[in-house]
Amino acid sequence: MSNENSGAVEKLSDPGLPEHVQRKTDVDPRAAKKAERQVSILFALSAVGTILFIYSYIWIPEDTFIFLPITGTTNAHQLFLGLGLAMALFFIGMGAVHWAKTLMPDHEVVDYRKEQRSKDEDRAALVATVKEGAANAGLGRRPLIKRTLGVALGLVGLSPLLLLRDLGPLPGDELTKTNWKQGTRLVTDPGDRPIRPSDLEVGGVAQVQPAFPAGKVRHLDDIAKDSVLLVRLRPEEFNLDTERLSWTHEGIIAFSKICSHMGCAVALYEQTTKHLLCPCHQSTFDVTRAAKVIFGPSARPLPQLPITVDSEGYLVAQAPFNEAVGPSFWERDS
Amino acid sequence: MTARERLAGGTANFIDERTGAAKWMKKTLTKVFPDHWSFMLGEIVMYSFVILLLSGTFLTFWFDPSMKEVEYEGSYEPLSGVKMSAAYASTLNISFDVRGGLLMRQVHHWAALIFMAAMVIHMMRVFFTGAFRKPRELNWIIGVALLTLGIVEGFLGYSLPDDLLSGTGIRIAEAILQAIPVVGSYLSYFLFGGAFPGEVFVQRIYAAHILLIPGIMLALITVHLMLVWYQKHTQYPGPGKTEKNVVGYPLMPVYMAKAGGFFFIVFGVTAFLGAVASINPIWIYGPYNPGQVGAGSQPDWYMGWLDGLVRLAPPIETHAFGHTISWNILIPGLIVPGIIFTLLAFYPFIEQWMTGDKREHHILDRPRNNPNRTAIGAMSLTFTLVALINGGNDLIATHFDLSINQIMWFSRIGIIALPPLAFVITKRICLSLQRADRELVLHGRETGRLVMLPHGEFIEVHEPLSPEKAYLLSHHEQNPPLALNSEDAQGVANPQGLKGRVRSRFSRAAQEQVAKPTPKEVLELEEGHY
Repeated sequence: MSNENSGAVEKLSDPGLPEHVQRKTDVDPRAAKKAERQVSILFALSAVGTILFIYSYIWIPEDTFIFLPITGTTNAHQLFLGLGLAMALFFIGMGAVHWAKTLMPDHEVVDYRKEQRSKDEDRAALVATVKEGAANAGLGRRPLIKRTLGVALGLVGLSPLLLLRDLGPLPGDELTKTNWKQGTRLVTDPGDRPIRPSDLEVGGVAQVQPAFPAGKVRHLDDIAKDSVLLVRLRPEEFNLDTERLSWTHEGIIAFSKICSHMGCAVALYEQTTKHLLCPCHQSTFDVTRAAKVIFGPSARPLPQLPITVDSEGYLVAQAPFNEAVGPSFWERDS
Repeated sequence: MTARERLAGGTANFIDERTGAAKWMKKTLTKVFPDHWSFMLGEIVMYSFVILLLSGTFLTFWFDPSMKEVEYEGSYEPLSGVKMSAAYASTLNISFDVRGGLLMRQVHHWAALIFMAAMVIHMMRVFFTGAFRKPRELNWIIGVALLTLGIVEGFLGYSLPDDLLSGTGIRIAEAILQAIPVVGSYLSYFLFGGAFPGEVFVQRIYAAHILLIPGIMLALITVHLMLVWYQKHTQYPGPGKTEKNVVGYPLMPVYMAKAGGFFFIVFGVTAFLGAVASINPIWIYGPYNPGQVGAGSQPDWYMGWLDGLVRLAPPIETHAFGHTISWNILIPGLIVPGIIFTLLAFYPFIEQWMTGDKREHHILDRPRNNPNRTAIGAMSLTFTLVALINGGNDLIATHFDLSINQIMWFSRIGIIALPPLAFVITKRICLSLQRADRELVLHGRETGRLVMLPHGEFIEVHEPLSPEKAYLLSHHEQNPPLALNSEDAQGVANPQGLKGRVRSRFSRAAQEQVAKPTPKEVLELEEGHY
């Protein structure tokens, strides 16, 4: 479907390439001499830059600080090292470009293009060669070879995939589990101290982790699932059903700190509005209504951890989370 | 013969007798390159890639791609004794205890930003001037592949130091992976070697960042340049420039000096930025901890628009038959970017489909002379820009005292409403510019000189354009839209009728033009037949 200029409007006549204009350096030897000097000065400046670079590397101590406008207190070692390098490189470039623009010939040259497409006879010759090669190999005449080769190549392609299998374990039901169990104490993060309700003032927030038995080390993998945020309100400020209200203790409510959207830490608590905000994508959760999503891209409330106190008066989990924490995944069933 | 000439001659002889390179070199050194400032954009991309290879190699000498927990003992006091990964500790070490280390880190990061920016602007130049048309469609696709790889490569690069900001980015990437239906959690467990964050992802993305992806990019860049070389560069329209010639300067010496010099200029500017402009100060963020996050967490700008899309997604998830599909992640994180990059890669063929033009083109278009394409470009940029703005909604909110909800709603509505608006406005502007060109050619330049005629009438003197300028403003082709019949000669509806009608509609849009002046019109004017 080519419209080879069909109906294209004819053009004004092409006046051809404009006449070459001589530069000042082409006609005036003094201007040329001046340009030569300028190029040399630029190259010399580059050399000065390298000397500054060497000087800074060796003789400016790394803990020298100077005050500069805009950037403020600046490390002099790193600054002059960088400036020296910048000068050394930049002025080589400037010199070369200035040289090319003022002193090298600037006569435009015309070269000619040819169509990319090969000549018809070349294409025909290629087709013949390929056909002949294929016929000589006999692929068409020997289907058994063709089929077994196909099977072999297909199977060989599987081996690298198989080799990648040990990149990691299968997830199993790990994504749905955390270290929170019935009776697990809440401990401060950082600090690992168990806490009593009285440790948290009304309006206060605290980050906690599940207490680990002695000898068990807390890894980042654990923190990525277990992190919980405590918020203490006055009990009458809650707007919860009876079950969820029974998961709170003396106005303290516990949510997974791992965002139900993409797993960032929901780190911003606004005391006046009682909203939790995830700084990554601004999903906003209302603490008084069991972390209901009131704004942003998250589709689920933050999971709530049921809490109470144990016989010694320390905060503990009543039960594990009743749903998976963190971002959604295919096997998640709620 | 001087000693130097003998040495040079001897070396050249040695090589030529073994490779026969003289014949090829003779042609190569006189190869003609058209000259225009916008042709330097691609050069900037290539040079920053070289800078990235050089500075990156330096960094590998000290960087320890390991997530083994260590206690920091280096010279940066505020983190003294803090437990962190070896990756983070070695990045601190490069920044504070290796001379020139911080400089090289900053040069590397700045070069990455320049690399991406120059790539995007280079692509815009190629798009708006139609340089992607036949025979250069393959090079366009290679370019789109390089852009995609560049985004991934940059993201993996700034994820290596394992600081709080980069870890947050990795967490988000993990959530996107995990959101893929059926295989998501398996992919995540394979990549991270188990639960997030695990202890292996730094070494794994390190292998991809320093070897796998740069290797592929280097191969693609080589092919990209070979094609530019082989197909010869496009040129801007003008007197004496035709589809059959290339007007410019020979490689040796002018282009070598200019291009070689320009490499040093780009490197110099990058070094200057690395010296004075602090970037990614990971010691301020602290080591990664999944229970923490920095306020105002932002990806680098080339990821920002993707993050912006994720931020403005509506909160939709499907729960059915014991499974979850997170549309709020899949749509902005995978589906929309997938569609965008596919359309981008196939645009040359889409345009061919619309115009039916399958000829070779070596003369670039002035953007106004292809209003439809220019408008499509403006539309796409507007989409990306709204997404990018929303990617910084938290910073905009704090800096300009706006509510984050207002910005989010502006973006949610704007991402749908503004791109079509940009399309319409751009197309109108292009057509108006064409009209102005037509006026200029036919009536010349307004001189501002008023003359009173003997009978008292005032006229403004118009000066005719130079033939060169008139040629430039009217050289372009204007083709009628495709005539596709939805019925055959007997009036029977063509079974392909709908396809034909759709294509006709697109073709009409693609060929909408203000008629350019014809030689006849110009002649009539010159002879005074007003």
